[in-house]
Amino acid sequence: MMCTVCGCADGEGRIEGHAAGHEHDPHHHDHGNDASSSPPAEDAAIRDATHRHDHVHADGDHVHYGRGPARAHAPGLSQARMVQIEQDILGKNDQYAAANRRLLVQQGVLTLNLLSSPGSGKTSLLTRTLHDLQHELTMTVIEGDQETSNDAARIRATGARAIQINTGKGCHLDAHQVGHAIDQLQPEPGSVLFIENVGNLVCPAAFDLGEACKVAVLSITEGEDKPLKYPDMFRAADLLLLNKIDLLPHLRFDVERCVDYARRVNPGLQVFELSAISGEGLNDWYAWLRATRAARLVGHPLMHEMAETPDGR
Amino acid sequence: MHEMSLCESILRTLEEQALAQRYKRVKTVWLEIGQLACVEPSALAFSYEVVTRGTLADGSRLEIVPVAASTWCMQCSAEVRIDALAQPCPHCGSYQLQVTGGDQMRIKELEVE
Repeated sequence: MMCTVCGCADGEGRIEGHAAGHEHDPHHHDHGNDASSSPPAEDAAIRDATHRHDHVHADGDHVHYGRGPARAHAPGLSQARMVQIEQDILGKNDQYAAANRRLLVQQGVLTLNLLSSPGSGKTSLLTRTLHDLQHELTMTVIEGDQETSNDAARIRATGARAIQINTGKGCHLDAHQVGHAIDQLQPEPGSVLFIENVGNLVCPAAFDLGEACKVAVLSITEGEDKPLKYPDMFRAADLLLLNKIDLLPHLRFDVERCVDYARRVNPGLQVFELSAISGEGLNDWYAWLRATRAARLVGHPLMHEMAETPDGR
Repeated sequence: MHEMSLCESILRTLEEQALAQRYKRVKTVWLEIGQLACVEPSALAFSYEVVTRGTLADGSRLEIVPVAASTWCMQCSAEVRIDALAQPCPHCGSYQLQVTGGDQMRIKELEVE
């Protein structure tokens, strides 16, 4: 049975190569580097608090203990008492995401979380990108799907390393699953890690995985009002890729209107129009990828090493 | 239906807190849910009932306290109110809005015994 932080389908999820039936203590989540080996602050506070029952504050998320008897709005309940806890519902996921991010930044790995509905062409775009840039960048992929390893197999056919997470009933990836996948995958320092999220325009928007950027992929066969219908996803995105642009002559799709809708929810959103099949517009995406990776490596020790190798790997 | 995941996460917090704060049963949970949070309150309520069945929070009441959205209009340089994402500034019609609050999902307090 696989553990999850956010409880997304306990026991349903699977990560390739991840031992079945193991017990995982969230207090000792460790990605094998010093920075993340200490337990998250909140966990420490909770554990610590079991030894001090009177009044405790944890920094950040406040934990108040010993509030005593029921307060005015719950009168006459002999045994009942009020406990104020003030915790983000996604607090656990966010702690794992922070641990993932710390590790990935330390390793100089540019991590992109790809979000879209099913069938937008994410995997085709990825395989094309992996093929076209294979001599320039080291790239690995974490594939998220409810079932099957089909996508990971498609990625591996390009020669890139990939790991599949099956979420079972889960409708999104969470940071804990991704943490385990990173452990298995061990992306090379200075590489690019793509996380292809479960195809779903709603749920993945809420779950930070520890990525540097969220990249939304919308294909023009889906309708130009998707950004208004599913605003959370487009608000969360750092970049929007409008895919299947080669089909434009065959469809009634107003690109300008779609971009306008997307910028209503996210005024600063950058948009590229492209086609993973015809290759149109891919150069902009590749240029963004190179520039973003380079920008993220500024000040990183790897940058000096790479300056000495001609291919920049 | 990530509301199911959110409820599993709430339950985990309730179970952890039960050890720390020495309670056996949860009677009421107050959540603060922002109007712009990526969550549907009715789906959350439904999931909560399913997820807490047979746990220390079985039969507990879920109280959702809505928090109004607050946004900053760049054009007006003022705090303005909208009800949902993708709405324009009610004064100038601009979409150059920055969400400053009302997208939170927090567990506020519990009634326990």
